[in-house]
Amino acid sequence: MSVIYIVLPLALVLGGAALAAFLWAVRRGQFDDLDTPAIRMVLEDDVENDR
Amino acid sequence: MTPPPRTEERVDCSHCGLPVPAGRVEIGAEEQFCCGGCRIVFQTLRSSGLGEDYYALRARFDDASGAEPARATGRSYEAYDRETFQDEHVRRIPGPDGAPGLAQVDLLLEGVRCAACVWLVERLPKLIPGVVEVRLRMRDARVTIVYSPEHVALSRIARELDALGYPAHPPGAEEQRELARRAERGHLIRMGVAAVCAGNAMLVAFALYSGREGGIDPSHAALFRWTGLALGWLSILWPGRTFLRGAWAALRTGTGHLDLPIAIALVAGALAGTWNTVTGRGEAYFDSLTVLVFLLLVGRYVQARQQRWAADAVDLTRALTPASCRVVREAGTPRESTEEVTLDELAVGDVVEVRPGEPFPADGVLESGRSRVDRALLSGESEPVAVEPGDDVHAGTQNVASVVRMRVAEVGASSRVGRLMGLVEEGLAHKPPIQRLTDRIAGVFVVVVCGLGVANFLLWSVRADLATAIDHTVALLIVACPCALGLATPLTLAVAVGRAARSGLLVKDAAVFERLVRRGRLLLDKTGTLTHGEPRLVQWTGDPAARADVAAVEAHSNHPIARALVRDLEEYARPGVRAAELEERLDGGVAGTVEERRVRVGSLEHLAAHGHALAPALRPEADAMESRGESVVGVAYDGRPDGVVALASLADSPRPDAAAVVDSLVARGWSPEVLSGDVDGAVDRVAGAVGIEHAWGRVEPEGKLERVRALQAKGEVVWMVGDGVNDAAALAAADVGVAVHGGAEASLAAADVYASRPGLAPLEELADLSGRTMRTIQRNLGLSFTYNAAGITLAMLGLMDPLVAAILMPISSASVLVLAMLSLGRRSRSRASTSGDAPETSSGPGQRTFERALPGI
Repeated sequence: MSVIYIVLPLALVLGGAALAAFLWAVRRGQFDDLDTPAIRMVLEDDVENDR
Repeated sequence: MTPPPRTEERVDCSHCGLPVPAGRVEIGAEEQFCCGGCRIVFQTLRSSGLGEDYYALRARFDDASGAEPARATGRSYEAYDRETFQDEHVRRIPGPDGAPGLAQVDLLLEGVRCAACVWLVERLPKLIPGVVEVRLRMRDARVTIVYSPEHVALSRIARELDALGYPAHPPGAEEQRELARRAERGHLIRMGVAAVCAGNAMLVAFALYSGREGGIDPSHAALFRWTGLALGWLSILWPGRTFLRGAWAALRTGTGHLDLPIAIALVAGALAGTWNTVTGRGEAYFDSLTVLVFLLLVGRYVQARQQRWAADAVDLTRALTPASCRVVREAGTPRESTEEVTLDELAVGDVVEVRPGEPFPADGVLESGRSRVDRALLSGESEPVAVEPGDDVHAGTQNVASVVRMRVAEVGASSRVGRLMGLVEEGLAHKPPIQRLTDRIAGVFVVVVCGLGVANFLLWSVRADLATAIDHTVALLIVACPCALGLATPLTLAVAVGRAARSGLLVKDAAVFERLVRRGRLLLDKTGTLTHGEPRLVQWTGDPAARADVAAVEAHSNHPIARALVRDLEEYARPGVRAAELEERLDGGVAGTVEERRVRVGSLEHLAAHGHALAPALRPEADAMESRGESVVGVAYDGRPDGVVALASLADSPRPDAAAVVDSLVARGWSPEVLSGDVDGAVDRVAGAVGIEHAWGRVEPEGKLERVRALQAKGEVVWMVGDGVNDAAALAAADVGVAVHGGAEASLAAADVYASRPGLAPLEELADLSGRTMRTIQRNLGLSFTYNAAGITLAMLGLMDPLVAAILMPISSASVLVLAMLSLGRRSRSRASTSGDAPETSSGPGQRTFERALPGI
């Protein structure tokens, strides 16, 4: 029995897992806004004693 | 005395950085503000301790952030706390175990422009206890606020946002937005599935291709083939369903559609591939098919996204029109009180208070107060009309002069605006359908390819055997799929929509580009389109020194004539000189003390009533101004014997670029016409000034729609440009409707394109861009067909190998894409060098265009 019978399904499972993660992210609305997170990331977090 | 030359340095506003009008400069003050809004925002920021960080952050992004003064409106927003509003817009989030829950609300914000705005708005929980989380989305300036209704009222949050310079508005058209959001997610999901299928199908196909050279175990080959088969069918039946459905619809209606040749290739390839996989001989085509599905979906996603972005920006502009008004309860009694309500809550019989500069919320009768009403957006009349108690006033017009009260007689669909909106729907229903160029070509293409396929099949079944004939015909059908076309066309259109947005044109429907390359009739509205839609200073006669005093006295008035005088006399104003003891009179006059001189500015009647006669020398001038239809304003000094010392005349004059733009559009083959609701004399004057021969005055909204239909019935392409509610129906019915900057909400909703930049130059750019876009698409078509012709020839000769097809297809797509990108890149450089006259057009990233989409209210 060749290793290919394990590797090919494994590749498909990995691809499927990535797809499932993508679908989950899309359904959670993570791709609804593609502009603001890019900006939000460069904003500095508040320092606690800043208040 | 002549005004001193302005040698002083320009004073910049401490908040927005724009120059401070001389009449508002405070000598010796550390902070200077160009307007009340900027002052409020600056003080709010400083008192909350966020000011320093905010300005530092804004400076770091060095964006166009300071391009507009802040607009803190100081509204009370109490309507946001009432049940009707809460029920409609606020979602409750129940707390755990019966604890008091939270509430979530979406609002649209005015004035969002840069990263510093995101930072500031999202700091809201620090400013107001009880606000839990705030997320701002820049694309459509939508903020999602989670707050605890136990601790803080929504109106308080809205007031705070307002004080920060972001007046809040309730979002409208939620169902539509939800649909659009779902459609976009659906697109993404299909793309994701198609990507996984394509990647893995390529993986097994590579193994098979290399196995052909190096030898492969038959059982392994079978495994790869069956895996490819499964992935291929998954891709075609799930994400690829879009194309099958489109093709089916095209077949049923008997029209050409780009989906048709794509679906033929998909189905033929999949069936042949399945047969070959089951029988274990011949080629499976699933790698090519899955990649095809994926690439086509990418193109469509990009176009849909760009299109939705433009539509969002227009929606935002529309949502920013005030949606509330002040109702006076128990009017006339001692217990009288005013209450802010949303327009939906307004009922027939309510008494509404309308301040100067505000629009009338509904149709009704004036109860008290005298004022002037600007009806430019509703009827196209350029001169404000005087109204007094008992007169009818209409929604969609604006109160100009003073505070009045009206009793509501009609709301919603039965009001004049409501009836006009009904007309818009009628106009939309009659909009001529357009068959896309690519779809028309696809129709012909399918016939040709099917013909060739049949010929090829017959030829090979005679020359060789049936199996060979099937093989070669399937190869032909797959390679004939116009994938380069299907990918490049949406991407080119998406880039064109983006480019248009960058020069201030929000294109809601990319079909506009196709319609505009044909020539036809250009219909232009007058007031607000060809002209500014507001008075401008035309002429100044008499004492030049009085100009500075007029600018100082009028600096604090809201009257359109006062604003025009301030704007046009600004250069003569003396910094730091302010008028005191201001007195604004309803009969059209303003008085104020400037450097101990009592200045009086107003109509000649007003001045005569105060004992200032018009000098005989100025009389002919005044008569000439009046005969030209201009408003005449006089200036006099109380306590001086010389009477009226200067005259200013104002009129709604054509935009400076109007004549040039009309000329250039005529040169492109458009024949212009003016359609206006204003009186004939004014229409003829403006038409003559911009060089248009055909002008129609006193045209009702129905008349405009009628004209559009009549021209279309004659087979002409109609391009309508307007700004008012009265233009909306014609905009909707025209082949291309463009709403210009400052237009009414109805015209924005009806038009295909919204010009978010003032002036008519965007029209010329739109025509240019359409020509360039269609040329790029045609070039792509040519290249794509060259590849197809080569592929079909190879297939008919029997030389087409599946491996060659798998390589040829991406190469053709890629080369068409590269060509499109290259031509677009070259364009943007040449444009930047030629657009010196309009600095806004050369601006950079997408977010700045977004900012320009916001109206100057």
